[in-house]
Amino acid sequence: MEKRVVFKNRVLPYILVAPQIVVTVLFFIWPASQALVQSFLQEDAFGTASAFVWFDNFADLFAGAEYLDSFRVTLTFSSAVAGAALSVALLLAVMADRALRSATVYKTLIIWPYAVAPVVAGVLWFFLFNPTVGMLAFFMKKAGLDWNHTLNGTQAMTLVIIAAAWREISYNFLFFLAGLQAIPHSFIEAAAIDGAGPWRRFWTIVFPLLSPTMFFLIVVNIVYAFFDTFGVIHAITRGGPNYATNILVYKVFNDGFINLDLGGSAAQSVMLMIVVITLTVVQFRFIERKVHY
Amino acid sequence: MADVSIRNVTKQFGKSEVIHGISCDIRDGEFIVILGPSGCGKSTLLRMIAGLEQISSGEVVIDGRVVNRLEPAERDIAMVFQNYALYPHMTVYRNMAYGLKMRRMPKDEIDQRVRNAARILELSALLDRKPRQLSGGQRQRVAMGRCIVREPKVFLFDEPLSNLDAKLRVQMRLEIRKLHEDLKITSVYVTHDQVEAMTLGDRLVVMDNGYAAQTGSPLEVYERPANMFVAGFIGSPAMNFMEVTVQEGGQALKLPGDIQIPLNGSALPGWAGKKAILGIRPEHMELDSKGPRTILFTVGQVELLGADTLVHGHIGAGQVPMTVRLPDVHRFEKHATIRLSISQEKLHLFDPETKKRIV
Repeated sequence: MEKRVVFKNRVLPYILVAPQIVVTVLFFIWPASQALVQSFLQEDAFGTASAFVWFDNFADLFAGAEYLDSFRVTLTFSSAVAGAALSVALLLAVMADRALRSATVYKTLIIWPYAVAPVVAGVLWFFLFNPTVGMLAFFMKKAGLDWNHTLNGTQAMTLVIIAAAWREISYNFLFFLAGLQAIPHSFIEAAAIDGAGPWRRFWTIVFPLLSPTMFFLIVVNIVYAFFDTFGVIHAITRGGPNYATNILVYKVFNDGFINLDLGGSAAQSVMLMIVVITLTVVQFRFIERKVHY
Repeated sequence: MADVSIRNVTKQFGKSEVIHGISCDIRDGEFIVILGPSGCGKSTLLRMIAGLEQISSGEVVIDGRVVNRLEPAERDIAMVFQNYALYPHMTVYRNMAYGLKMRRMPKDEIDQRVRNAARILELSALLDRKPRQLSGGQRQRVAMGRCIVREPKVFLFDEPLSNLDAKLRVQMRLEIRKLHEDLKITSVYVTHDQVEAMTLGDRLVVMDNGYAAQTGSPLEVYERPANMFVAGFIGSPAMNFMEVTVQEGGQALKLPGDIQIPLNGSALPGWAGKKAILGIRPEHMELDSKGPRTILFTVGQVELLGADTLVHGHIGAGQVPMTVRLPDVHRFEKHATIRLSISQEKLHLFDPETKKRIV
């Protein structure tokens, strides 16, 4: 039986939802609609006049190779970030799940990176890998690896992936650990009696049972890599060298605020909005159904 | 098929010892029930046989082989868990086939074994279902099917019926017994339910606080409980206990309320004049208005069960509480006094110091 609270008062419900609505309208609906309007406009160089140009901004995006390149870079970047963050976090969580002693201390420590702002994280990694003063760069050079992420696109990409994934590992770790601890121990024991060794137990029992967590985290990680990694890119590479790390969200900023192509930038924002809406829909659709066993 | 020997097995968690040296020889094909209240260590003992808990000292021998250092998988045992532990993401078929697949059995043989087990357990129509689509009883059967297909040396059951409702429990109890009679696989069954224990077990091990209080056939344990714990634990409602004095010469007992009961032939010379604990089961008393040695019983609460009537009350001036189970329906006024006679062959006497059975 469903129980509902029924408000006799006609005003109170609106007062209760008002803060949420105000925040949503002010910080999401309004800017989003501004971006949508802007994406159909083209401004002159001095920002004094703008003309309605229908889908010209969007057509421009897909006409040149630049935008598609950025898309490709973003896909590489986000799948690498999600992949690295998920697999490392899963490994750590499995190990933490086994540890009995000082597990709490370990758990607490491993959450810390999540508290570090992306820009700060970016700066930390920037210094570690800095070709001139960086410790890690120093050791890599000793080992015969010529590290210079300011010139080498692949190295720059590797660095921003590490910096972006590092922070997300903490977040994923928490969810994986909670997921692992929710799996009744008797499943593992039954599998052990059935003759499955630790490795096969993990892949045939534990991993499938973690799949709802896994799916949720994949979506969250991709959204993170798509949208929340601006700070990391800005602090480390600024999209370079030669646009090697120019992911979509950085390109929005660069085109809009540096190159002052407001219409084109807004069109890109709208594209990103479509991406995030799609991901959210996918997530809700699937998390409700498919992954549930 | 194998016999199992438990030899002086102990278990320590950190510094506290929870199982204090239990020994038991289980013959090939025997159905042993480990019975005890919660927290007595019975599940821990079972898990040590399974290899899910390490054995602190002592030995577990399965089919002539010491298995202390073997992994659960290498012991050739199968276990039914209390919560069934069916893999929720696999169908019934895959649940049953899992153990065989892990042992790299050929596909057609797996198929044959699974279908055979499904037929025995009447699961054939459910092979494509997931565990969550099954009822409690069906899940229970799948859990057993998972064990049967393996054809292990030993079956281990960890309170497998405790999650079922009363009616289903009776039905599954009979099915387990029948399955055992068909397959004749050595079984160790842990439960806190004495009815399950009495009906299923060839022999019982009654556990109390990490000790094996008594080992014997269900009737032995019921008729000659080794100590007060077993006497009080087996039987429902529980046995009545009262302090009595053994008369001079050890020929009779003096009960509260100055009633004397002769001890038929079994004199207790060493106990003359001493105190002892008398145990009488509620079902071993009957209404007797004119017998020579009746005791006066004051009625308190009456529970009508239909087939029986349970009368709770007390005897003597010391208000010693007592429960009587009378066949058929009886209606008594509260505080009424009734006369009861005690079957003299069914008396149990215990040492008040050691709590052990006398004679």
